[in-house]
Amino acid sequence: MSAENDPAQRVAIGISFGNSYSSIGFTTGEGKAEVIANEDGDRQIPSILSYIEGEELHGGQAKSQFVRNAKNTVAYFRDFLGKEFKAIDASPCHESAHPIEKDSTIAFKVKDTAEDKVNEVTVSEITTRHLKRLRNSATYYLGKEVNSAVITVPTNFSDVQKEALNKAAKEAGIEVLQFINEPVAAVLAYDARPEAKLADKIIVVADLGGTRSDVAVVASRGGIYTILAALHDYEVTGLKLDQVLIDYFAKEFLKKHKSAGDPREDARGLAKLKLECESVKKALSIGTSANFSVESLVGGIDYTATINRTRYDLLGGKLFSAFSRLVLHAVEKAQLDPLDVTEVILAGGNAHTPKVASTITNAFPETTTVLAPSTTPTAINPSELPVRGAAIQASLIQEFELGDIEQSTHPMVTVTPHLSHAVGVLCISGDESTGVFHAIVDAETPLPVRRTAIIATPREGGDVLIKLAEGARHIKITKPEPKPKKEKAEDDEDDDDSDDDDSEEDEEEIREKTWKINNVLSEAAIRGVKKGGKVEVQINIGADLGVNAIYREVGGKGGVRGIIAGGKAANGSA
Amino acid sequence: MASVQINLPLPVLPAGWTAEKDFKPIGHLSHATDRNIEPVGPHFLAHARRKRHKRTFSEDDRIQAQANVKKIEDDDEGEISEPEDPLMLQREAKDWKGQDHYAVLGITRYRWRATEDQIKRAHRKKVLKHHPDKKAAKGGTEDDQFFKCIQKATEVLLDPVKRRQFDSVDEAADVEPPSKSETKKGNFYKLWGKVFEAEGRFSNKQPVPKLGNEKSSQEDVENFYNFWYNFDSWRTFEYLDEDVPDDNENRDQKRHVERKNQNARRKKKTEDTARLRKLVDDCLALDERIKIFRQQANAQKNKRRLEKEAEQKRLAEEAAMAKEEEAKLQAEKEAAEKAERAEGKKAKEAAKNAAKKNKRVIRGAAKDANYFHGAGDAPAAQIDSALNDVDAIIAKLDNEEIAAITAKLNGAKGTDAIKQVFQDEVKRLIGAGKLKDGELKSLS
Repeated sequence: MSAENDPAQRVAIGISFGNSYSSIGFTTGEGKAEVIANEDGDRQIPSILSYIEGEELHGGQAKSQFVRNAKNTVAYFRDFLGKEFKAIDASPCHESAHPIEKDSTIAFKVKDTAEDKVNEVTVSEITTRHLKRLRNSATYYLGKEVNSAVITVPTNFSDVQKEALNKAAKEAGIEVLQFINEPVAAVLAYDARPEAKLADKIIVVADLGGTRSDVAVVASRGGIYTILAALHDYEVTGLKLDQVLIDYFAKEFLKKHKSAGDPREDARGLAKLKLECESVKKALSIGTSANFSVESLVGGIDYTATINRTRYDLLGGKLFSAFSRLVLHAVEKAQLDPLDVTEVILAGGNAHTPKVASTITNAFPETTTVLAPSTTPTAINPSELPVRGAAIQASLIQEFELGDIEQSTHPMVTVTPHLSHAVGVLCISGDESTGVFHAIVDAETPLPVRRTAIIATPREGGDVLIKLAEGARHIKITKPEPKPKKEKAEDDEDDDDSDDDDSEEDEEEIREKTWKINNVLSEAAIRGVKKGGKVEVQINIGADLGVNAIYREVGGKGGVRGIIAGGKAANGSA
Repeated sequence: MASVQINLPLPVLPAGWTAEKDFKPIGHLSHATDRNIEPVGPHFLAHARRKRHKRTFSEDDRIQAQANVKKIEDDDEGEISEPEDPLMLQREAKDWKGQDHYAVLGITRYRWRATEDQIKRAHRKKVLKHHPDKKAAKGGTEDDQFFKCIQKATEVLLDPVKRRQFDSVDEAADVEPPSKSETKKGNFYKLWGKVFEAEGRFSNKQPVPKLGNEKSSQEDVENFYNFWYNFDSWRTFEYLDEDVPDDNENRDQKRHVERKNQNARRKKKTEDTARLRKLVDDCLALDERIKIFRQQANAQKNKRRLEKEAEQKRLAEEAAMAKEEEAKLQAEKEAAEKAERAEGKKAKEAAKNAAKKNKRVIRGAAKDANYFHGAGDAPAAQIDSALNDVDAIIAKLDNEEIAAITAKLNGAKGTDAIKQVFQDEVKRLIGAGKLKDGELKSLS
């Protein structure tokens, strides 16, 4: 290990280790994250191991063993790591090696050697073997011995599970630099794109995977991310979508071949159906119709059928709306409104499905961007989001000492006070006493923070008043017969709002985001601003809630400086 | 983070608004909520850096900027430009074969070690300095000869094949083997190490084993010499080829030159191989380690023989010693025996004398006892028989008994006592069966 601890010797990759699929990525010299294809050419490598006569099959090859060698095929084991037997849900493993309890951990009974003997292989050992294969693929691709990695984990992965994964990775010769949360990795993957602009955003990351769906609400403030809420669902999943297709095709098959048995009751038939349905689902994400074709589905009957996307959308309708309900629920849990959400990032294999993206787009207002392949052409492949994020993080931290990383991820550093209300300035409005609030620093921004704003001045210049205030976001609901209000949304693009006002159908109620001024913090004056000049406001808010504000005219000299005391006194008064 | 742009204008300052330094604090921020931020992304790293080092934003910006400047300076420091030889600047581009490409690019310190990146950077730097446009702008002539030299040098050095051809004949990179006297001063490893390092650049097999030092193991040293005796070199001498004339001139001439070049290359290659061989031979001859290893090997071999010999010698010595010891003992024994014998003889003699004396005493005692005849002169027959009996007793007695009886007789005074002694003796002798009862009449 000592050699690996030397940061100079490190070759670090990002690993996204999922229940159904894993992927590996690295960052090129130009800082671009790339996903590595394994020897079979798969970028999404099924997290499956299969043993046949002592030979270990991995990934796609192992997956095809579901049909013939299901007993010796281990799948969906990630979530079992570091858990007790009582605490796991083994239902995804019904068609493969089933987990058993073994000395307070979980094991699988497989014939993993050439001998005809059933061995009990612990889940940690399986994980090690899986990671070893991933590592070999990366090493083979990069031509350099990979010895460390950043691994993504779901937000509800416990410390025990992380520790177990860390141990398994170490056994596989991988030094884990850091565990990062999957939703944050997805956000990072988008933010690391060269064209990405740094902005204050509320992002919902919906990871719709095979055996579980996770939704997280992330506040991105100047590139620092805070998870406001997370939801996990084990019912609304990709496997359920497969099941819908399985049922559909099984019924169609039975209609055609009345005498033949139900393929779902035959182990091999079911395995074949499953594999084919998954690929049909994938095909439907790309094309508008897909072919289903299985040789010898049951009783030696070959079966072929086609399905179009509309049919699929209908079949899966319930699940699609469940997906969007799940996402909305997460927003609610974070005590936010869909209007607050700037972006929805769809991750995971099922994010490819166009209907999922469109259902979610409909659930959110138009100001929200849904990042999925079917809605945004520039979207990153949803399956690759976590691994790209991990690869970027790996490249960022690979030259640090392990101790440094540990210190930086320590709660001492990560637990930070977050602003409870937005801080902004009051701009001109009809009502002189209140004015229109304009946020400079948004709520949920970690402190300390430094922000600058450039504000226009009255056309004729002269002396201006700058009022610093705290604002609370308020959702204003207007009933039909709209009267154009002078409301201002948080977004800087004014046209968005004006469009909203005009185009809204009068059937629906109009929901708008407005600001309520809570608490005026300070007043300051800049005198003698030139005609058409602008004022720059810089606000520094310290961790003790002290505010240090600097006001000056852009291009001008001097300026005004002011300090609002923070600390405990502020807490008391607030 | 980019600054927020707000397009709505600020309100006009109400008349009569005043404050100290134009700033008036009014309220306080409402309390904050503690949350866990995700330790991910470049901005978090900046946050962690600030928090751990307790820096403010502006401090951190300044420190980072300094660090960046330093890094750039460090990068530059790696390649302080080498001074340019004014003669070199006068070079004509057309005799590029004669130029030292590394010198032209100012990377003579790296030579064959220069990486592609270094060459590229050196080229860029030189081009910036010597671009003809620049010269023209400075009002100089439109002399682009040296610029062409630079381009040619880069062309050669960035083409792996051409670079090898040039490196093969780059004499400036060669290290002359040290003379015998130089290595005598004890820096054999340093001087020869450099030679082999330079020669090693021609090796097809990398890495090339190092000469090592006096502590190197025998295996390493053997490896090293084996490597050099089986040296696999890529060195070629194409660079020194004579220019082949154009096709259209004379085909025969062309072929002739080509053949000549081929031969010259082959010859040079052979020479080079021989040169290297000699070089390794020389080094091997001077290498102290080889001698030491040979001595060690010999010592090892001799050791067993010597041990055997020593053992034999020891055995022989031991045997000789034992023999001597034995002889000595023998001699001592003999001497002792001799002495004993002499002693014995003497004692015998003495005993004999004593016996004679004792016998005389005994006989005298018989006489003193009046020949056992009671009172008065003893008749002759009595004397005779008494003397015969005494003699008979004496004859029956050995020396000790004679001495004993003598002692008794010496103590006995008076005829009866003497007679008693004799009678006792006779009795004893009869008891012992040496005499028959009544044999000695005079003493019965």
